[in-house]
Amino acid sequence: MRVLLVDDEEQLVSTLAERLELRGIHTAWTTGGEEALERVKTETFDLAVLDVKMPKISGIELKKKLQVLHPAMKFIFLTGHGSEEDFTAGAAEAGSDFYLIKPVRIEALLEKMNEVMRHPGKSI
Amino acid sequence: MKLEFERFMPKFWEYRDVASGPFRALFDFRKIWKQAVFLCAGVALTPLILMALIDYNVTQKAIESEILLRTSRLVSNERRAISFFLEERKFALDFVVHDNPYDTLKDTARLETILENLKKSLGGFSDLGVIDSSGIQVNYAGSYRLLGVDYRRHDWFRQVMEKGVYISDVFLGLRNAPHFVIALKHLLPNGDSFILRSSLDMERFQKILSQMELEPSGDAVIINRSGVLQTPSRYFHDIFSRIPFAIPDFSSTTQVYQTSDSKGRIYVIGYAYIVDTPFILMVTKQKNELMKPWFKTRLHLVAFLAVSIVGILAVIIGVATYLVNHMYMADQKRVMTLHQVEYANKLASIGRLAAGVAHEINNPLAIINEKAGLIKDILTFRSDCAVDAKFVGLVDSILSSVERCGAITRRLLGFARHMEVRIQKVSIRDIIQDVIGFLGKEAEYKSIVVSADIPEEIPEFESDRGKLQQIFLNLVNNAFAAMNEGGHLKIAVAAVPEKSVSVSVSDDGCGISDADLKRVFEPFFTTKSRTGGTGLGLSITYGLVQELGGDIQVESAVGKGTRFIVTLPLIREPQISEQKKGDVDAGIVG
Repeated sequence: MRVLLVDDEEQLVSTLAERLELRGIHTAWTTGGEEALERVKTETFDLAVLDVKMPKISGIELKKKLQVLHPAMKFIFLTGHGSEEDFTAGAAEAGSDFYLIKPVRIEALLEKMNEVMRHPGKSI
Repeated sequence: MKLEFERFMPKFWEYRDVASGPFRALFDFRKIWKQAVFLCAGVALTPLILMALIDYNVTQKAIESEILLRTSRLVSNERRAISFFLEERKFALDFVVHDNPYDTLKDTARLETILENLKKSLGGFSDLGVIDSSGIQVNYAGSYRLLGVDYRRHDWFRQVMEKGVYISDVFLGLRNAPHFVIALKHLLPNGDSFILRSSLDMERFQKILSQMELEPSGDAVIINRSGVLQTPSRYFHDIFSRIPFAIPDFSSTTQVYQTSDSKGRIYVIGYAYIVDTPFILMVTKQKNELMKPWFKTRLHLVAFLAVSIVGILAVIIGVATYLVNHMYMADQKRVMTLHQVEYANKLASIGRLAAGVAHEINNPLAIINEKAGLIKDILTFRSDCAVDAKFVGLVDSILSSVERCGAITRRLLGFARHMEVRIQKVSIRDIIQDVIGFLGKEAEYKSIVVSADIPEEIPEFESDRGKLQQIFLNLVNNAFAAMNEGGHLKIAVAAVPEKSVSVSVSDDGCGISDADLKRVFEPFFTTKSRTGGTGLGLSITYGLVQELGGDIQVESAVGKGTRFIVTLPLIREPQISEQKKGDVDAGIVG
């Protein structure tokens, strides 16, 4: 499984990437949407874990652009804003059920990643 | 007495506006009340009092005129009766001198017969005398020995010789009884003349006067032109004394006037000069006695006016008080609403601030989480690192603290979000646990034992989560403020028949006095003004419970504690204004 992490918090995204790598998951990370779009031109990813709120391109916009380039790519959103109930509503808007709230436990993230990959139909 | 007065004192009377800006009262209620009362009283009472005064004067004048007219009629009638009495006797004597030759009249027997006939037919005659032109009484019929008396030097003799007729004043004379004299001069064919003179007693004369229809205080007398009483008086002095009034001016017609005596009593006096006699008929009436029926009517009129004025004033004061009180209450409601808006805005600002803080904290928390996680991962996954159980324990401790912080920020974000109006299925258990969670630390600091009894069978119901949180936060905060260290707060939920749920919040704090208990839900009522209480907390709580279709009751005993019972409907009734209200509230929060 190849995972792309996008979050404007470099310390967060780099550490999370390292932790996933330690678990044997090939992970790449960027701190912005534009950089991510450049990255996917040269690499293929099965799953993107996106921060919802980012400067220039939001996570939801980025998801739409990535989907155009890689229709098979799956997505999980991470956010530090709001409660679970909010994200249920936000996820419906974004067309995905896979939202996680920061700070997130690595176990919860892995579980969600596996779930996404097992149920490809859930992510558009 | 003061307490009695205070009971009826309107709420606005003691109101002193100390607020400023939009919270200041729009009106000076006392001033409006005074203006309304004085204006309405002026408009209503001025015409009433004016009409009453006009009516009073017109009626009094009409009654006085009636009295004068009645007196005038009475005097006129009486004058005619007296004139007729005198004329009748004068004509009778005239008939005697024409019907009987002089020589016959000098016959004593004949003269006595004539006297007897006059007494029988007309009455009033007491004697008859024939006096020759030299003044010597040549014949006499009567009770006294007056034959041969010389009247030559008497004034009456001179007058009758000059004028032909003479009627004397009343006098006592030889008989020592009041009487008067009528004397007629008769010319003889030989140019000589003689006089027929008769004395008339006062009995018939007085009978005429006594037959007059006079009020008990009235009096009718005959006076002569010098003001000397010719007949006895009921109220004035005896016969032959002077009347206590001025002699009225001569008038050929009946006159009526008013005068007062030395004691200040007002008299209505009617008089008439009786022509060709020395007599004046005078009728006197005490005005006060005549006006008595009017005084009685006047008393009724004044009483009616006074009752009307009191009634009108009572209605005006009542209506003005009612209206101004409603204005006052409406203004208080306006100020209360402004305060609520301000309070809601403040809460919304706090909510936004909390959400912002939570969001900003979440990212660094996530970094701490990941960094600590990485340390743990390195310790766990890398074989080149010596695994020290203590390190792993410390990292786990960091991770669990991060998770705890995350739970707090999520709760803060959730609380801020619930300040928007949103009707949804809510669990009273979750709400109460949230509230206890928020205030748990404060309870710990104050050593307050908080217990909650929430039965499992209480169902979820549709309501506004944010408002419910606010209601119970306010009640729990209030309970905390009332308790000292070591207090007990108990929250108990129970299902109430007829589809309601009741939540009681009880404390064993200082309690509320009976007097304060009645006012506890009034806006701006506070017993904590020194410690910064606004007096709005329970008022707003009351309003929120009402908005949710519920009810709130309070029970308290000083020194024992207070219990608030909130009853909420499990089935929500649709509210027409809900959507609109929700929009407004959402606008305030957003």
